Amino acid sequence: MSLANHLPALQVVLPLLAAPLTVLLRRPGLAFVVAVAASWCALAIALMLALQVHDGGAFSYAIGNWQAPLGIEYRVDELSSLMLVLVAGTASVVLPFARGSIEREIPPQQHYLFYTMFLLCMTGLLGISITGDAFNIFVFLEISSLSTYVLIALGRDRRALLAAYQYLIMGTIGATFIVIAIGLLYLMTGTLNLADLGRRIGSASGTRPVLAALAFLTVGVSLKAALFPLHQWLPNAYAYAPSAVSAFVAATATKVAVYVLLRFYFSVFGEAQVFGRLPMEEMMLLLALAGMFAASTIAIFQTDLKRLFAYSSVGQVGYIILGLSYDSVTGLTASIAHLVNHGVTKGAAFMLLGIVVASIGGTTLARVHGLGRLMPWTSAGIVLAGLSLIGVPGTAGFVTKWYLVLAALEKGQWWLVFLIVASSLLSLMYVWRFVEAAYFREPRKDIVPAPVPASMWIPTAVLLAAVVIFGLDTTYTVDPAVRAAEMLMGGPR
Amino acid sequence: MNGPPGLPGIFGHFSYFVTIFLLVAGLFIVIARGNLIKKLVGLGIFQTSVYLLYIAPGKLIGGTAPILSDAFKVYSNPIPHVLILTAIVVGVATLALGLALVVRIREAYGTIEEDEILLQESGPAGADAR
Repeated sequence: MSLANHLPALQVVLPLLAAPLTVLLRRPGLAFVVAVAASWCALAIALMLALQVHDGGAFSYAIGNWQAPLGIEYRVDELSSLMLVLVAGTASVVLPFARGSIEREIPPQQHYLFYTMFLLCMTGLLGISITGDAFNIFVFLEISSLSTYVLIALGRDRRALLAAYQYLIMGTIGATFIVIAIGLLYLMTGTLNLADLGRRIGSASGTRPVLAALAFLTVGVSLKAALFPLHQWLPNAYAYAPSAVSAFVAATATKVAVYVLLRFYFSVFGEAQVFGRLPMEEMMLLLALAGMFAASTIAIFQTDLKRLFAYSSVGQVGYIILGLSYDSVTGLTASIAHLVNHGVTKGAAFMLLGIVVASIGGTTLARVHGLGRLMPWTSAGIVLAGLSLIGVPGTAGFVTKWYLVLAALEKGQWWLVFLIVASSLLSLMYVWRFVEAAYFREPRKDIVPAPVPASMWIPTAVLLAAVVIFGLDTTYTVDPAVRAAEMLMGGPR
Repeated sequence: MNGPPGLPGIFGHFSYFVTIFLLVAGLFIVIARGNLIKKLVGLGIFQTSVYLLYIAPGKLIGGTAPILSDAFKVYSNPIPHVLILTAIVVGVATLALGLALVVRIREAYGTIEEDEILLQESGPAGADAR
């Protein structure tokens, strides 16, 4: 079948073409149908690609039939197919949810543009995950970033504009740092293909431009991934963006940035160069721990639930980087599994907050008093997502914590186990802030919850179910993560 | 590192010094200025200086475009030029979006000075009571 051979290209081209189509259609209803269809097709393609990788191993696709080192290569392997499924999956759940959500948060004349930007953002994130070309990564990164800035600026609060502006400044600095790194690598090796870079960098390893490239890349990607000291853009962006945008971006954008970091560290620079020549292990460990503790502590003192969960995201990025810093298969397994587990959990959490906004108009802790009685199902859902953030057994978050602890014990660093548990207690405290407000306070008399359409709670329930399923059955998260980790630790392709 | 022969190190690396100076100057403007437009100007300088980092090493003095002809033996690498063409487009899009956001910010706050905006947000009329 000829079409099946072109699935890697279709993965990116389909949402890319659907985006201008929504502009031409203009009617919000039609744009919605096109966007949902495109995202579901993208999910189907991503699943087919994942199956193909599972059965036959990694494979390449030459864009325009120009072969690999010269032409642009799309490379589908264990790690990228997992990211494709995460991005396309989150999009196909969030888009149906978005319709009801944006009706209450965005003026009607902007609805079709919302779908356009959403599809472009998805295109960028899918492109980053699938491409095997360093400069291509930058281009897709900017496609996803520029559309994210617009999506955030659509928020109804005027502070959304300021958040989008700040994100634009920080994000562009980060992207430019990545371009500098890619430029230095190109100067030293004369190639932009990631696999080719990985092979040719050997002779130049340890030279100053290559180490400078490593530094620029680490800082640039850390900005995009909101690793602790570079997270300043994230809380405002997540808090003031429309709820559907918060859900999609929180579940995917920072995760894809971490994917770029993994890809460059292990497939290009090579694990020996990154962790052998530089004290990268200690540095990453320190930043991860700082993020886990500082961001979770700040989260405890927030008065708005969206900001609370945004700071919790910064803390959770810490766990992902912690797994990376172990430089072992178990550690990487934890990191990669947490990309999915936290993506699903945070996506569900922000969708639940979207339901709260749609129903009672806001998410400040003062406003959700007595929510447990007003909206029992939604409150229970938020608590469930919170339990997953803490890492309670039976939820997705527990699986990752388990592997993080295993990896720490493997290295004989038992003190890290205590730190992981201690930081989980901080998560318990910020989740308790919600529990206290929702279940131990009297409902406010002036708030009457408005009914929420089924198109909003069904997708949310799907994602919440995934949180529980991934917590009980690790076939679809940990198994691919193990294969991806083994592939990464196998050295440059 | 392809400076003209015979020039001592610092002149041979002239283009790199210019690049790094512009890079740092642009980043400094972004961080030190409170005016939202000036920040974008700094960001523009920062991004543009990276174009030099790509273009300068790709250009050989006396080199032509890569044309298949016996008349030309030395040619410049075309790939950096093409890459930077893409980067310029990205830079223009970023600047346009940034300026559009500043227009909207001015409509919403009546100012484009960062400190005045933050003052309005931390003031008693904060929207947190919503």
